Amino acid sequence: MTHSSILLECIDLWKIYGHAPEDFLKAHGGAPTTADFQAQHMVGAVRNANVRIARGEIFVIMGLSGSGKSTLVRCLSRLIQPTGGQLIFDGEEILGKSDRQLIEIRRKRMGMVFQHFALLPHLTVLQNAAFPLEVQGVDRQTRERRALEVIELVGLKGRENRYPGQLSGGQQQRVGIARSLAVEPDLWFLDEPFSALDPLIRREMQDEFMRLQAMLKKTIVFITHDFDEAIRLADRIAVMHDGEIVQIATPEELVQNPANDYVAEFTRYVPRAKVLTLGSVMRPGAAESGVVGELPANARIETVADQIERSDGVFNLRDADGATVGHIGRREVIDVLVGRRGGA
Amino acid sequence: MSQAETEFAAPAGQGSGLAALLRKPWLFWATLFLSTALISHYAFDLYKALDARWIIRFPSAWQPDFEGRISAFMTWLLEDARILGLQFREITRGLAAMIEAPYDLVLDLFVRGLVFGQGQQAVQILPPLSWVAVVYAVVALGHYTKSWALAALMGGCFGYLAVFGQWESAMVTLSSVLIAVPLAAGGGLLLGILAYRLRWVDLMLRPVLDLMQTVPVFAYLVPILFMFGFGPVSALVATIIYATPPMIRVTIVALRGVPEELAELGRMVGCTPRQQMWKVMVPSAKPTIMVGVNQVIMLTLNMVIIASMIGAGGLGYDVLTALRRLDIGGGIEAGIAIVVLAIALDRLSQEYATRTVEQTARQAQGGWLRRHRWALSAAAVALATFLAGMVLPWIQNYPAAAEISTGAFWTRAMEYINVTYFDTLDAIKTVILQWFMLPVRAFFTGIPWVWGLFAATLIGLRAGGWRLAALVFCLVGLIVLAGLWTPAMMTVYLCGVSVVIASVIGIPLGIWAAGSAGSNRVIGAFVDTLQTLPSFVYLIPVVMLFRVGDFSAMIAIVAYALAPAVRYAAHGIRSIDPQVIEAGIVSGCTPAQLMRRIKLPMIVPELLLGLNQTIMLALSMLVITALVGTRDLGQDVYIALTKADTGQGIVVGLAVAFIAITADRILAASARQMRRKLGIEQ
Ligand SMILES: Nc1ncnc2c1ncn2[C@@H]1O[C@H](COP(=O)(O)OP(=O)(O)OP(=O)(O)O)[C@@H](O)[C@H]1O
Ligand SMILES: [Mg+2]
Repeated sequence: MTHSSILLECIDLWKIYGHAPEDFLKAHGGAPTTADFQAQHMVGAVRNANVRIARGEIFVIMGLSGSGKSTLVRCLSRLIQPTGGQLIFDGEEILGKSDRQLIEIRRKRMGMVFQHFALLPHLTVLQNAAFPLEVQGVDRQTRERRALEVIELVGLKGRENRYPGQLSGGQQQRVGIARSLAVEPDLWFLDEPFSALDPLIRREMQDEFMRLQAMLKKTIVFITHDFDEAIRLADRIAVMHDGEIVQIATPEELVQNPANDYVAEFTRYVPRAKVLTLGSVMRPGAAESGVVGELPANARIETVADQIERSDGVFNLRDADGATVGHIGRREVIDVLVGRRGGA
Repeated sequence: MSQAETEFAAPAGQGSGLAALLRKPWLFWATLFLSTALISHYAFDLYKALDARWIIRFPSAWQPDFEGRISAFMTWLLEDARILGLQFREITRGLAAMIEAPYDLVLDLFVRGLVFGQGQQAVQILPPLSWVAVVYAVVALGHYTKSWALAALMGGCFGYLAVFGQWESAMVTLSSVLIAVPLAAGGGLLLGILAYRLRWVDLMLRPVLDLMQTVPVFAYLVPILFMFGFGPVSALVATIIYATPPMIRVTIVALRGVPEELAELGRMVGCTPRQQMWKVMVPSAKPTIMVGVNQVIMLTLNMVIIASMIGAGGLGYDVLTALRRLDIGGGIEAGIAIVVLAIALDRLSQEYATRTVEQTARQAQGGWLRRHRWALSAAAVALATFLAGMVLPWIQNYPAAAEISTGAFWTRAMEYINVTYFDTLDAIKTVILQWFMLPVRAFFTGIPWVWGLFAATLIGLRAGGWRLAALVFCLVGLIVLAGLWTPAMMTVYLCGVSVVIASVIGIPLGIWAAGSAGSNRVIGAFVDTLQTLPSFVYLIPVVMLFRVGDFSAMIAIVAYALAPAVRYAAHGIRSIDPQVIEAGIVSGCTPAQLMRRIKLPMIVPELLLGLNQTIMLALSMLVITALVGTRDLGQDVYIALTKADTGQGIVVGLAVAFIAITADRILAASARQMRRKLGIEQ
């Protein structure tokens, strides 16, 4: 079977709030401008979004509050009907699908984690995790077995008979994650899943999330307004501003080549060492002398800075194929750490 | 400003002068009040001088025969009308049968036992549930719902009913509660769900609900009586109609209050619309919905005596007959029994509403036998007492010899108070009547209808603009046309006096309650109790102390309508932004200044809403106070009820509803205006 590598794609997607949004969109030739929106008191929550999400990738959407992240993701999952555009899931156009067909797709192929957990208060942890299966009519034994598996996966074993009210915030979100995984979705939406948690717990949950993803290799659409979180998790980041996607790029590209002032402002105070790889600041070619070791060129500087700084020699850098592409020493690392280089 | 002065001299002026007058509050009210007072005072002389009787009486020649036409219409409806090929009468009969069948069943269970045959030849085959079994069952229910404490309360309350000789009446009342509550709560839930799901149902229901909130119960008593005849079915229908609207409202609010995320979760996991509603929305909204059920129970008990006017038996009927006979002891006895029943059911349903998931979880543990131990044991007790009752009758029926009647005690206690404190009580009554109530009555009843119509419209104009003015003009105009101007003014007077007194007592209490946690607890408990007591209960002691008349009616209304005044005042104070108060303290306000300059002005909108509620409650008390010989619209309804005169009943009921709607809209509009001025609401 030949799969395209793209799982979800949206083309010229619009979501407009206000009076008669479809007519408004049509009247302006499918591309109203900011001035048009203001003149007619319409809200362009998502404007002309084009996104292609590859299988197995973590695609992060970020932007300030009100920039349209949630609206975009709800369009992508068809929780709300976009005003215009195309939406292609696994090679099929799904904007025209009937409610029945959509229910089928959501039941089997999509999962979602919510910012405020959205646990049903009257169900136990086990019943919450089994809820998506219950809705599908899976028999009780099967669904509870599966629910126990995912509960164990998120590290809540032994708490399956508690109620949501008896759990801490972090534990509640673990239940939310377990529930969204119960149906083994292909596409996993997470809308600010850790924003409601304390910083320490948030970090712990991010680690947990990375551990899960390393095992499960899902295709993920992850929303956050926290740039630190975005660069920790993302393969690619889409930055939204006033409903528009201003830039889609890897964290490193965003820092080095921000598309405009808005993105630049976002990335200004990000420690460069967290984002840049060794390859982006190396000197080309293998070092002649003083080589004390080898490092991968795609390692983030932060992770190896200590090691390089402590040694007096230089390190050769390998690319993914093992070929030596350059070298790096204490000087380049310190430049980045004190902010002399790296686009700041 | 000279313009303002000319306005003062000629309040009926128009154009920019009128606009200016409308804008200045003090000027407006002072002008209106003074001119009304003058006109009211001299209206009678004017009529004599001009020999124009139409000034004080709306000429009967100008009155369309509303009552006759409505009566004719109702007769036509009942005798000839067909809906979808079915005779209207058959529809009402069908409805009645649907309510009557379960009611009879419950009545058999609790009161009559299984009876074979009719009338004189009736033979009891099976007795009803024994009193021991019922008391055991409610104790079990109390423990199952919450705790041993609740179980003890339940046992105490029902034990009281048995020991103090109120058992049979109480069981009749309980039976009607057991039928009315599920129908009202279930129907309200379903309608609420429909309104939540379908926009057109919502749009259709909303004005109906608004109307139902302002229409006093007795507006629909007479038509119900006409359609269903005198008897328990009519009483149940009235009760259900009365208790359903709040349930619909609560359901809609509860469903709307479910977090958006939960609704999205449901759709995201692929719920069908039905699964979405019953697996996600309703369970998530359940705590709020249960508050609605508690309200339904309390409203049902509130209706007990009114329902007995159209055929309900039980405790309400006992109170009603006692009131009619001025049987002090009997009235108080039955009244207390209703209160006891109300307390038991209120506590039980409230505790059930606030049950935590942990409690539910704990009960769900253990084997089948253990989980159902209460239900099983209750069934066992019922069976055992039935068998034992055949040999030992006192197990089946509480022995009459051991009953304690408090009636004589209450009669003597009241007599004692009356004899000992007669002078004091009489003095209080005379002073308030002479110096407050009678002048106000003279003021209102003196207003000629032309001026009243004009003044009401003007107030509407000031509060809410032309549209409100037009509405007020129509409503008040219809009252005038129906020839009900004078009794309507009596109603306004009685309500007005009571509302003023309730506010004078209630607002300071509310402000005090907001002051500290301790006072809040005390006053909160006091107000809660007032609200739990069915309205007419207030009437009994008052009549005993002050005899029939406006004064007794006023006190009963005040007691009943006090709660919202206290609540809204307390809520208003509590919801003032603390920073505003801190700003006042920092600027060096004394506590008195803080209250007068900052807190009071800020809570005025809230107070207006409280006033609104107070007025609604006061109006709903009117038909009950008619029992003590008032002479307002309530009395007219009561008369229509006893004569089963549909036309009169509906017209007078609607007149009260129009007064309520007028007051409601004007106060709501004023509150909105004030909030906008204070910047609380945009
Ligand atoms: N139902 C709606 N009707 C009208 N406007 C809406 C609606 N939902 C969202 N909007 C508007 O769309 C814009 C984007 O909202 P959205 O919730 O997608 O932002 P967000 O990026 O998720 O913000 P946050 O970080 O606060 O969650 C906002 O300006 C919002 O006011
Ligand atoms: Mg959002």
